[in-house]
Amino acid sequence: MIYEGKQKIWADYQKEIPEDHYFYVRSCIRQSFFPASEVTFLDITRNKLGKDIFETEHHTTCGGIAYHSDAIPQETAMTIIARQFALMKKYGYENYVCSCITSFGLYCETMETWREYPELQEKIADNLWKSCHLEFAKPKFLVHASDLIFKYRNQIAAKSKYKLVNVKTGEPLRVVEHIGCHYSKMFPSKGVGGAEYPYVLVGMVEAWGGQIIDYPERRHCCGFGFRQYMIQSNRGYSLSNTHKKFESMEPFKPDMIITNCPGCPYFLDRWQYVIAETEGKTYGENGHGIPVFTYEEVAGLVMGYDPWDLGLQTHQVGVEPLLDKMGIPYDPAKKYLGKNGKNIGEPEKPHCLK
Amino acid sequence: MKNNILIIGGGPAGLEASSILVKMGYNVILVEKEKELGGHLAKWDTLFPDGLKAEDLLKSLIKKTEGVKCFTDTQVQSVNILDKSYNVILSNGITVLADALLLATGFDLFKAEKKEEYGYGIYEGVITNADLEQFFKGKFSIKKPKAVGFVHCVGSRDEKACNPACSKVCCATAVKQACHIKETFEEADVFCFYMDLRMFGRHYEDLYLKAQKMGIRFIRGRVSEVAETSEGRLLVKAEDTLSSKPIKVTLDTLVLMAGMRPSESGYMVGHQLNLSVEEDGFFSTKDTMLSLQKSNLEGLFFAGAATGPKTLPDTLHEARSAAMEIDNYLTKK
Repeated sequence: MIYEGKQKIWADYQKEIPEDHYFYVRSCIRQSFFPASEVTFLDITRNKLGKDIFETEHHTTCGGIAYHSDAIPQETAMTIIARQFALMKKYGYENYVCSCITSFGLYCETMETWREYPELQEKIADNLWKSCHLEFAKPKFLVHASDLIFKYRNQIAAKSKYKLVNVKTGEPLRVVEHIGCHYSKMFPSKGVGGAEYPYVLVGMVEAWGGQIIDYPERRHCCGFGFRQYMIQSNRGYSLSNTHKKFESMEPFKPDMIITNCPGCPYFLDRWQYVIAETEGKTYGENGHGIPVFTYEEVAGLVMGYDPWDLGLQTHQVGVEPLLDKMGIPYDPAKKYLGKNGKNIGEPEKPHCLK
Repeated sequence: MKNNILIIGGGPAGLEASSILVKMGYNVILVEKEKELGGHLAKWDTLFPDGLKAEDLLKSLIKKTEGVKCFTDTQVQSVNILDKSYNVILSNGITVLADALLLATGFDLFKAEKKEEYGYGIYEGVITNADLEQFFKGKFSIKKPKAVGFVHCVGSRDEKACNPACSKVCCATAVKQACHIKETFEEADVFCFYMDLRMFGRHYEDLYLKAQKMGIRFIRGRVSEVAETSEGRLLVKAEDTLSSKPIKVTLDTLVLMAGMRPSESGYMVGHQLNLSVEEDGFFSTKDTMLSLQKSNLEGLFFAGAATGPKTLPDTLHEARSAAMEIDNYLTKK
């Protein structure tokens, strides 16, 4: 692989990401899947880096899941989005950062549709006023939360306590990066690094000391695709996608996976359990799986957050082998203790997956 | 007094036209931006359909240009339209007052790195048709491959690449190169991924049959993406539309048949003269049937791929035709 070739492509797909002052909107599902990721994002950006990131309890879903499953028409989704943007303006912001990749894709799609069909934008502005009495506005800059962590990657590296380096061997950890399909596959110019060789997570991993693995099914969907998992009878497709990816990355012996989408880490993590139980196959070392992380969790780990405060005990695949490699201390006895010190319940041990 | 004719472009079209016009008694000045004459022909090893050495053809074309004033490593800096002539300032400081201009500016190869999914410039085993000719010429070596693939229509017939047109020569070139690879590496498996084979010229179909007899496998379908395996080989995903199945093939070398795009340097000259171009970016001719060598400007003519993709024989025919048109024009003037 010619690294300079990738650098050339990355140079072509840079986007302007303002340094500060953002209106932040959460994802519908990430708080249940990876409960500490969003709060870690806010803590790092606000308290560790001193940025102005505002959020309000008045924002709602973007409507993305309903839109992609044909439960609501596009105009309804657009009106929901127009309300989110109007809240941003109401609170005095013009930079919009969202936690969810589905939302990011839908925001990009909506903004592009409005640009191409101004009459539709006018109609949505009218809908917004009639339904909410809010003034229509569009963000000056629209970014995904991973864009911001990418932007701050060197500031995070400067404050890091740990590196993505195997402390026993001194070698960089071998990292698989997986981008949510709706991050840049629909609009390559909207993502850092484009669609074919996205740089947003690569930049973080490199800044924090790791080494990226370029494996053949790198571009393939994780299996989260709405049509695959929402309809129960289609879930075999979802599992097949994930299985295909793991079979492809296995020869490269990855230490971990980093993702920037709500669904990807969930499916890449949970389906490893299903594959292990149904086929008896595991992809990590010595019967372990390959730990899967959100980018906020990885940022938290390198900055020295307690792994259990990052919610890593909610992962299906145990993260301990990775913590050991990075030299991060943890107390196994506290793994299943909640913030109040009470036991949150311990899952049953799978048969095959350690 | 002899008329001055300035020919811009020292490829096959410019060379052929200049040799004819100089024999007619005109004062011919040939300008070539590269250090050597020959255009793409100078970079090619052999030519379809019969494997003629490009070098031999180029030598013959250059040999005929005795009497032509050739300026290589020279570009047109500015060109102004006068009453009945063109005032052209060259980058070597020379000014030419030309009674007729011939644009033989040819084509540029599509930049294969624009098809990011094919990994040109990213994966070492991915090369272009032009690179492969350099290999055949012995300019560089490749490790003995177990399997080689050819992707037809890279940047041609591709609306996403902003070029829906066929580049005309890629199919025959791919089949010629595939045969050459099979002859060089007998044990290698060779695959051609094509949309449909456009083997329209005399003996082209024979070349295709020869390739099939040599065991080259033709897969009707487009390549979707290329990645690298843990052994550093290329994993190519494609569709086989005849069996209606997606396929994966592991290769050592993948050759991208980069198509023809309008020449950048030709565009610069055309822009100064306000010449119109068609949707494909190539120059518009005066009409589409009877005056293919004429432009909409008096005394300005075209030959070769400046007006769209052409094979080498077509290019040479056009050069001869352009010489006749220029002679007619200057005789009547």
